[in-house]
Amino acid sequence: MEPLTWAGSLSFLNIPFIWCAIALIAVFILSFATSAFASGDGSMQMNADGTSSAAGAGIADLVNKVLVGLLLLLVVIVLLYLVLGAVMSTGAGIIGGISRQLLPVWIALIALMGTSFYHKRKLGLYGKLFDSTIGMIGFALVMFWVFVGVFGAMDLIITHDPLDQVSGMKNKIPGTPLRGAEDGEYLWYLLGGDNLARDIFSRVVAGSWIVVQIAPLATLFAFMVGITLGLPAGYFGGKLDTFLSFLANLILAFPVILLFYLLVTPEIVATGIPTYMAVVLFIFPIIFMGVLLNSRFYTQPHIRTPLLIVVLGIMLWLYLSLVSEQGGAVPILPWFLDLFDIPGGILVVFVSVVFVNSPTVFRIVRGLTLDIKTRDYVAAAQTRGEGTWYIMLWEILPNARGPLIVDFCLRIGYTTILLGTLGFFGLGLPPESPDWGSTINEGRKLLSIYLHPALPPALSLLSLVLGLNLLADGLREESLRD
Amino acid sequence: MGLFILRRLGVMILTALCLTFVVFFLTNLYPNLEKLAKTQGNMRMTDEQVESWLSNRGYLQPVPVKYGEWLGVLPSKQIENSEGDLVGRCIDPGVDPADAPRFCGILQGDWGYSTVFKDDVASIVATRLALTGKLMFWVMVLMVPSALILGVLAGMREGSRTDRTLSTVAITTTATPEYVSGVILIAVFASSAVGLKWFKGTATSAMDNANFENFFLPVLTISLFGMGYIARMTRASMAEVMTAQYIRTARLKGVSFRNIVTKHALRNALIAPFTVIMLQFPWLLNGVVIVETLFNYKGFGWVLVQAAGNNDIELLLGVSVVSVFVVLITQLVSDIGYVYLNPRISVS
Repeated sequence: MEPLTWAGSLSFLNIPFIWCAIALIAVFILSFATSAFASGDGSMQMNADGTSSAAGAGIADLVNKVLVGLLLLLVVIVLLYLVLGAVMSTGAGIIGGISRQLLPVWIALIALMGTSFYHKRKLGLYGKLFDSTIGMIGFALVMFWVFVGVFGAMDLIITHDPLDQVSGMKNKIPGTPLRGAEDGEYLWYLLGGDNLARDIFSRVVAGSWIVVQIAPLATLFAFMVGITLGLPAGYFGGKLDTFLSFLANLILAFPVILLFYLLVTPEIVATGIPTYMAVVLFIFPIIFMGVLLNSRFYTQPHIRTPLLIVVLGIMLWLYLSLVSEQGGAVPILPWFLDLFDIPGGILVVFVSVVFVNSPTVFRIVRGLTLDIKTRDYVAAAQTRGEGTWYIMLWEILPNARGPLIVDFCLRIGYTTILLGTLGFFGLGLPPESPDWGSTINEGRKLLSIYLHPALPPALSLLSLVLGLNLLADGLREESLRD
Repeated sequence: MGLFILRRLGVMILTALCLTFVVFFLTNLYPNLEKLAKTQGNMRMTDEQVESWLSNRGYLQPVPVKYGEWLGVLPSKQIENSEGDLVGRCIDPGVDPADAPRFCGILQGDWGYSTVFKDDVASIVATRLALTGKLMFWVMVLMVPSALILGVLAGMREGSRTDRTLSTVAITTTATPEYVSGVILIAVFASSAVGLKWFKGTATSAMDNANFENFFLPVLTISLFGMGYIARMTRASMAEVMTAQYIRTARLKGVSFRNIVTKHALRNALIAPFTVIMLQFPWLLNGVVIVETLFNYKGFGWVLVQAAGNNDIELLLGVSVVSVFVVLITQLVSDIGYVYLNPRISVS
């Protein structure tokens, strides 16, 4: 077997690609230098009717056109790589191989973006996202990784087992063929092998599933905790506010890494502290849902009572089976009712990430509540005689949703960074786990000789967090426009 | 103002007490003590041996008592160990137990003894903090001016192409945690395989003799992450100032754009970023830990990792006291500075 090159039979595209990129950067720097430091706003020309218009095609205008043209050309070449790659598979080198493996992701992504874009007027704030280029790019990046994670978990993308070590593949460069591959096995290590001869491509894909699972869920829990505590703190003020704010500031004054090093160790897991923290932190979603529904349907007991019984019953059951573990710290449920056990390592990571995030959410919610509670519609609700929890959850919270949604996106990115930090220091997750942080940590030790083990997970993490940031930016812009 | 500072100081001390107690509690949990005994003594100790090792060294007293001793408000107990010698926190090796002081906590200036480095905690923290101080100084020198320039350039013409480009750059740097940007920078600038080989991939030699070649990459790595955030805040503040009435008046008077930016807008636009810069310190501490690990620069962050990894209780407490105070003092300074800089706010 021949080792794969990066572009295979599409290599003829490489030269235009490189020239295009160089030209783009050069023109860009040029245009930036001329525009950023020029004073004035371009030459204006007064018309006879008193209006003014920009005077003709100046140099800046020309440069602009060249810039856009080059950018389009570059995008076309990249698309050619990917589309032809998906068709030709490894005939188009490593890029082709990867593009073919990601085929389900491309299809899902195009379908999602296409339908959303087509129906964007009917989709509310989500549809408005497609009016902003930045937001669209961010959303596409995020959804790309979500699909990679989901399809990777469904075993549609991964070429090799992320934990399998294949002899002779240690630290091999990208595109190295597998020695003595058997029938049905994928013939190459697309992105090379790592220090323990495992396939990096498959590890990156498997790592995305870990992030896609944990990060949004942990952020959601942090939001539940922050909202349930922040609303009353801001609304009632007084001693409650002082106490809760002090607690929040206490946690925020802790350097995050010190907290992780203290909490996320096997010794702490052995004492059961993470489970106790989970007992406390995970009760907040139940309280939140209970109060939310109760305050809404309080006047209609025939709806409220069955609804509360069903919703709280299910949540309580999930909560108890999450918390209790046979032989663990809190064995409450008998084994036949216990739906699932979460391994101590994962639980402690989850709990500490929620713990670190919730004080910030608390502060944001508290600040928003302080602002909104002085509005007229809150005063109107108070005059109507609505209950305090109704006002908090159904008057104040919906009006605070804009900043909260934006912060939710940003916070998922931050949680992703935190998960990477944990992996980077080898805390929590098992050492052979394919999550990005651990893979970067392993790869960095040989970084001066072998680049390929550390770079793919690093770039993946970068692109996902960047996507989330751009998405948040797009959402902020669009929600401000209302 | 004086009362405000006093109240803040009171809250600060309360916070520091709570936090050190949390650290103390977590490090003194029995599994952690067992790990300490096994790493210091012998990996193959039986449970009874672990227990006697711990009780001989006074580790098995109740946590509040030990915390009081460490703080220096309770007298240190002298314990007779199995060989008949008196041991205790205050009895240094080679000192007669009768001469040892009764109180020797943080309040008396005794920070304790590190079990990993076999040295006084105070001297370890001091030397390592000096090294990190050097790193932080250069980070500030690089980060603050470039972030402010970036933000001002982007904010002075909101919505222009310059603004969009610079904002994207700022977003990208905030989306790149240190362990990612560090890896990428090493790959591009320091790798011996491909790369440009302009800089060194480790900063170990920079501890004694820092120069551009071995110190620039760690400094750049920390700066990049913090820079984006400050730049975005500066941009927002600058953009807001540029829409103010007095700027419009100046434009209508015919003041040149350059003068408007430098003479009218800049000073008012820099109030908000000041707070942000001060509040960046706690985040920089995180960055320092990551970068010092990545570049093998043995400063404060590296000590934190070593102390936490080996459950070196007193060193870890010293480290957390210092870092908690850094965080709290920067919060205080940012509050006070904000009041002084902004004439519209008064604290009374």
